[in-house]
Amino acid sequence: MSRRACFGDPCHPSLVTHFSSMLRFVLHRFLLMIPTLLGVALLVFFLLRLMPGDPVATMLLGDAGGANISREVIEQERARLGLNQPLWVQFFKWFGGVVQGDFGVSMWTGKSVAYEIGIRLELSLQVAVMATILAILLALPLGTLSAIFKDSWIDQAIRVFSIAGLAVPSFWLGMIIILLLLTWFSWIPPLTFTPFLKNPWENLSQLIWPALAVGYRYSAVSTRMMRSSILEVLQEDYIRTARAKGVFERLVVARHAMRNALLPVVTVIGLEFAFLIGGLVVTEQVFNLNGIGRLFVQAVARSDFTMIQALVLLVSVFFVLVNFVMDLMYAFLDPRIRYR
Amino acid sequence: MTTATATIAYKVPKRRHPVLLFMTQQPLGAAGLVIIVAMCVCAAFAQWVAPFDPLTVDYAAQLARPSAAHWLGTDSFGRDVASRIIYGARTALAIGFIASLLGCTAGAVIGVASAYFGGKTDLIIQGVMDVLLSFPIIVLAITVVAVLGNHVVLGVDINLIIAIAEPMLPRVERVVRASALAIREMPYMDTARTADYSHARIIFRHMVPNVSAPYLILLTAFVAQTILAEASLSFLGLGVTEPTPSWGLMLSGAAADFYQQAPWMIVFPGIAISLAVFAFNLFGDSLRDWLDPKIQL
Repeated sequence: MSRRACFGDPCHPSLVTHFSSMLRFVLHRFLLMIPTLLGVALLVFFLLRLMPGDPVATMLLGDAGGANISREVIEQERARLGLNQPLWVQFFKWFGGVVQGDFGVSMWTGKSVAYEIGIRLELSLQVAVMATILAILLALPLGTLSAIFKDSWIDQAIRVFSIAGLAVPSFWLGMIIILLLLTWFSWIPPLTFTPFLKNPWENLSQLIWPALAVGYRYSAVSTRMMRSSILEVLQEDYIRTARAKGVFERLVVARHAMRNALLPVVTVIGLEFAFLIGGLVVTEQVFNLNGIGRLFVQAVARSDFTMIQALVLLVSVFFVLVNFVMDLMYAFLDPRIRYR
Repeated sequence: MTTATATIAYKVPKRRHPVLLFMTQQPLGAAGLVIIVAMCVCAAFAQWVAPFDPLTVDYAAQLARPSAAHWLGTDSFGRDVASRIIYGARTALAIGFIASLLGCTAGAVIGVASAYFGGKTDLIIQGVMDVLLSFPIIVLAITVVAVLGNHVVLGVDINLIIAIAEPMLPRVERVVRASALAIREMPYMDTARTADYSHARIIFRHMVPNVSAPYLILLTAFVAQTILAEASLSFLGLGVTEPTPSWGLMLSGAAADFYQQAPWMIVFPGIAISLAVFAFNLFGDSLRDWLDPKIQL
């Protein structure tokens, strides 16, 4: 916990030390990410090596029954993938590559992991961004309304709407959306993905539905945060001051309350964005989308170690980065937080 | 001789049962509780509640519409959807409760221990928890399922439960640790230390009971999460396996192929999942408001 900064405090940052302490804070937070990411890499790597399924066995014995594949072939294949080396050698080879931006080769397709992820990233990222926009568009007004009209029917309706959003599984919502679209517009999810630049309209009409399925839960989480955050801010002294000096209630909410309430909401939106892959894992399955989430499920089913490692690392790097940026934003936007 | 009986007129304040108190003060939470209890009863007495056996295949009644005989229709094997949902409640609630109990208890003990020992121990434990927290629940659960495989004991897949419980652990640990840090500074902790009690005794007798409020709140809130996780895993084919009735499983496989002709196959299991998660969220939310509004779930 940081010590409270007050003007009587001999350590109160003067303008001179202010900048250097800020820099130290940024550096400190940045360095804190390293052990976490190293931990993630170690955990994933060694967890997978504990797995009973061997990627070579899955690949060669999988469908063919495998009776006629000799031990020699398996050993050769293991040697080719480097699986017969000591574990720590394997780890350092892999991690050394990752540090230099080389995620290795998929054990299943034989193509580079970066390539396999790259061709799917655009789609998943677009769905994620669309879901985020949807969530923000819903959460800010709904959360604010709910807080202003606390305990009225508007509040009750919005609360039920958002609690329901937490309850409805995104894959089921996706199926229901498809079902409704089918009965009303006889629309079925297309088999191929149209990039945005090729045909924006077709692209949007294809991806809006999965974005909606993932975005409902997302907006529910953000709405709840917005509501409780505004309610908390409305208790503050400066709101009473603003009201006392005769500021219109609308301005009190828009200028004084909303601005100060936004920070925790932005945090939730950022963290949920990093975790959207969790929702995409199931939603992409429903909508027949060949994205990152689907790639992950396939990689697990095929014991494609290098692919699983890269994807898990990707998600956690993202999460840790969002956390880092949020920490900085808090420190910069809220001067009460001392840099340490 | 007459004895003057003096009657003192004072009203004994009625001591109402805490459950009743909760019901009146938190009507929404009470509604959630009612749904939960109803589901538990259905699950426990599934043999008598369900009109059909959930596993009996009836090819004469494939994909039958909802009717008087089959309230919610049948699936592609002619199995009664209503019965499978009722038996599915058993799977969902059993896995949900056990996984939540496991994850929350382990998280609470680790959180308290982390706060109690402090220093290096605390730093290391927090480091490990930070690592675990940087995975989405479902991604972590899928990875653990892949690593452990299936291991069924007494009809329950132990490894599935571990996979679902494990992502809850760091989330509980954080909240409980924060509460435990406050408890550590209490005078009775100094007394306990002066009395030279063992670490285990102080942790389990003096600290753990005092974090029971956040523990209970997290426990109910995470039953909702675990039910959702079980449904998602089963939907992806990584959780409960056929023919065990499970809500998530009912939405995958044949259901995914036939649901355009037979929408009842997916509509009702989805409602069951949503209703269960909704009820636990409602109850958990109200429980938090009632016990300790400051806890962030």
